[in-house]
Amino acid sequence: MPVDASLPAVAGPTAPPSPLLSFWRSFRENRGAVMGLVVVVFVIFVAIFAHVLAPHDPLEQFRGFTKLPPIWVDGGSWTYPLGTDALGRDMLSRLMYGSRISLFIGLSVMVVSMICGVVLGLASAWFGGVTDVIILRIMDLIMSIPSLVLAILIVAIIGPNLTNTIVAVTVVYLPRYVRLVRASALTELSKDYVTAAKVSGVGPWRLMFVTVLPNCLPPLIVQAALGVCDAILEAAALGFLGLGAQPPTPEWGSMLADSRDLITSHPWVMALPGIAILITVLAINLMGDGLRDALDPRLKKS
Amino acid sequence: MSLLEIQNLTVEFKTGSGWFRAVDGVSFTVDAREVLAIVGESGSGKSVSMLAVMGLLPWTAKVTADRMHFEGRDLLGMGKAERRKIIGKDIAMIFQEPMSSLNPCFKVGYQLTEALKTHMNMDKAQRNARAVELLRQVGIPAPETRLNSYPHQLSGGMNQRVMIAMAISCNPKLLIADEPTTALDVTIQAQILDLLLKIQRDTGMGLVLITHSMGVVAETAERVSVQYAGQKVEEQPVKGLFKDPHHPYTAALLAALPERAHMKRLPSIPGMVPGQFDRPQGCLFSPRCAYATQLCRTQVPPQQKDLGNALCHYPLKDGVALGHPGKEKAA
Amino acid sequence: MFRFLLRRLALTVPTFLALMFVTFMMIRLVPGDPIEVRRGERGISPERLAELRHEMGLDQPILKQFADYAWGLLHGDFGVSIITKNPVLQEFLTLFPATVELSICALLFAILIGVPAGVIAASRRGGVYDQSLMGLALTGYSMPIFWWGLILILVMSNTLGLTPVSGRVDLINYYYPSVTGFMLIDSLLSGEKGAFLDAVRHLILPTIVLGTVPLAVIARMTRSSMLEVLEEDYVRTARAKGLAPYRVIGIHALRNALIPVVTVIGLSVGSLLAGAVLTETIFSWPGVGKWLIESIGRRDYPALQGGIMLISSIVIVVNLLVDLTYGLINPRIRHAR
Ligand SMILES: Nc1ncnc2c1ncn2[C@@H]1O[C@H](COP(=O)(O)OP(=O)(O)O)[C@@H](O)[C@H]1O
Ligand SMILES: [Mg+2]
Repeated sequence: MPVDASLPAVAGPTAPPSPLLSFWRSFRENRGAVMGLVVVVFVIFVAIFAHVLAPHDPLEQFRGFTKLPPIWVDGGSWTYPLGTDALGRDMLSRLMYGSRISLFIGLSVMVVSMICGVVLGLASAWFGGVTDVIILRIMDLIMSIPSLVLAILIVAIIGPNLTNTIVAVTVVYLPRYVRLVRASALTELSKDYVTAAKVSGVGPWRLMFVTVLPNCLPPLIVQAALGVCDAILEAAALGFLGLGAQPPTPEWGSMLADSRDLITSHPWVMALPGIAILITVLAINLMGDGLRDALDPRLKKS
Repeated sequence: MSLLEIQNLTVEFKTGSGWFRAVDGVSFTVDAREVLAIVGESGSGKSVSMLAVMGLLPWTAKVTADRMHFEGRDLLGMGKAERRKIIGKDIAMIFQEPMSSLNPCFKVGYQLTEALKTHMNMDKAQRNARAVELLRQVGIPAPETRLNSYPHQLSGGMNQRVMIAMAISCNPKLLIADEPTTALDVTIQAQILDLLLKIQRDTGMGLVLITHSMGVVAETAERVSVQYAGQKVEEQPVKGLFKDPHHPYTAALLAALPERAHMKRLPSIPGMVPGQFDRPQGCLFSPRCAYATQLCRTQVPPQQKDLGNALCHYPLKDGVALGHPGKEKAA
Repeated sequence: MFRFLLRRLALTVPTFLALMFVTFMMIRLVPGDPIEVRRGERGISPERLAELRHEMGLDQPILKQFADYAWGLLHGDFGVSIITKNPVLQEFLTLFPATVELSICALLFAILIGVPAGVIAASRRGGVYDQSLMGLALTGYSMPIFWWGLILILVMSNTLGLTPVSGRVDLINYYYPSVTGFMLIDSLLSGEKGAFLDAVRHLILPTIVLGTVPLAVIARMTRSSMLEVLEEDYVRTARAKGLAPYRVIGIHALRNALIPVVTVIGLSVGSLLAGAVLTETIFSWPGVGKWLIESIGRRDYPALQGGIMLISSIVIVVNLLVDLTYGLINPRIRHAR
């Protein structure tokens, strides 16, 4: 059958959308994710401008105004919109500064874990052999100790403070990053385009960081979002146990611990920091779910 | 009255970027004791149209039809529970991938007797006896022991035989076989086809055989419906279709048959079935058609009533494109 | 299967060794060795300190110390608590049933609600049930459980007076001997009227608190596993038989969907124990979690060392068992020898 190969292709009515656009489209479609994003942006805003927004110094003790209720309860005042704690410090200001600390912990843990995770994971995948075994065994070891117990152990050794909280939580959650990077790097390394790059003489550094790494990014981004949540929760738990940031730092977990005795008489002092943690973590999780659905082509509806 | 009567069936999928029409105004009928073949390259909507009949499409699908009747009963209009009494009993279907179509967690015997339990009034002993009989009927050796096997312990061909046994367990009036041999070894393919045809002859059921191979059509079917990009482009009795194909697509499919090739190399049709993003404006086949003209690229072709309902501006008759302005002007 | 078992066992040996090493080093890294802690004690002489040091083997070469330590561990010697002077293993074993009882209850709570919730959400994909169930699950997943515990105490105990605030048993009204260490069983064995109900009432809040995060994880996992399975060919085959939806979803799909979920449940022992530390602290539940935290407060490092060694060993062993039993629920693996 004669065939005319030079026939012009007729353009279809719709072209497939670009990856970034289609990512944004499917992210935007997810109402929860957008809500999460809005809240996260809000919390970041508050954290950055806490010194401008907060009505009081978070450490200042207004001796005459201890345990004031929030504005919507009888006896509340606009001077202290969310009331004051047992020492007369303004709750709203402490919560605002607390967002700084929590986000700082969450982000630092995430960044450090990402860097260590990428380096160790790529090393493990690239060198294989002994390196791989050693790295994997260490990660197995870390994972065999319950996360909080390990964090407690580390803090017990190096002492309780903000920096050490970050160190402890990073160590605890490192295996997830390492294993993730290693697994996706191994998958990518076995693909044809890597072989092609190898054959054409691309050096190992360039190969790992420029060729392979970008293709491992989508699951890593999702893990990063979830990692921030885990870090915030874990740090708050340490704070609650008195092993995290030390008083008078306005850290949400330790604020909760301080107000345990007020649970019956002044429940809001205890309730507010917890609500702050829950809302922040929930928002990041919502966003992370949206990221995952938008980045994972398998879950896409098309 | 026909066994199955479909008029103007359309299936659309909701996708990330709008609606995608996978089946576009397809009509056909199947009678009892008849073998209808549906041919077309993969992606032309054969499976989707049959899954629509079975009601097995995912929730993203929207099915519309002027008429979808089985033995005179409206399949689309009836309730879900009522439809389930027909599906699996009077209409059964077997699928392309035998290995993944059986549940890996359950034994063959369990899966085989499940439809009997649902549709037939049989006690356990009767169902077991029937299962053994069915396995024997589809040519599985040592059926009693096979009932206790898991699907992964059987070969692909064996699994497809189990699928067939499962499909015919309730004596269906219509069997839909969706590329039943595509995933199998060449040597097994003929056996499975023969088995299907033998069962069809013995029981007198209607058989819809979906395939993308004209070779299979020649050996099995009585009537052929050719589908392309979701549309039915031609329908003819098998003899007429092989002697005088009216649509250029049918002609191209036939030319790709090894025994018809005149040249050393097998001619194949260039290009691919259009998907969601490269749907042409006029005739869907025009980008790949040797006869395509400006008219084809801009105007939706008519159905040629006398020429096998060919969906074409210039239907072929005895190899000549009627009304075609000539090759020079075609480009 | 046998070779798989051997390989899997061989893999845990280095992990165990490393674990021994880490716990061994820990007590030496802690600021001020355990003897220094006692320097503050009144009337303790330098000679007595040196004597103590010798008793604890701290004057030996470090490798010898490690060998002794490992040797002791292998013979069930996990050290002696500085504070109570009891063997750590003995203390651990007395407290462990309380933690196990709580963990099992929490896990059952999580499974019994999480799996159905996930199945319902998946089968109503995108609908109101799906969205609200998954919204709740994500909230549970984001829950700071120490706060959640306090809120539940506030509402259920302090305001409504439904449940006790702390402990495992109302010691004023009930006394019965500990036979198994599990209050639910002991209270039944005791035959005392109301004792079982009392034990149950004490368990409710801790169970909910500890079970919340696993519940959320199981529900989300079941849903996504279910959604994946529902797209499989064999589910289509089941529907093609004309089976009712509850059979298609509840039997054909669920059986396959549960395979990854069971693995996740099995592998969550570690995080369950981590949660138990917080839960036990909030509810004064006399288990190993609370004991660990208290050991830190008391600077009882031998107890901490032995406790971490024991808890981690349990996690390693349970994970191993989960891996091995994985085959039992997945015929495809069971028959691949
Ligand atoms: N669930 C679905 N969602 C979206 N598109 C689908 C779905 N199932 C099939 N399609 C599309 O419908 C078209 C026809 O598919 P199908 O009927 O399987 O082709 P055939 O069976 O003829 O090979 C294909 O382009 C395919 O991509
Ligand atoms: Mg198909």
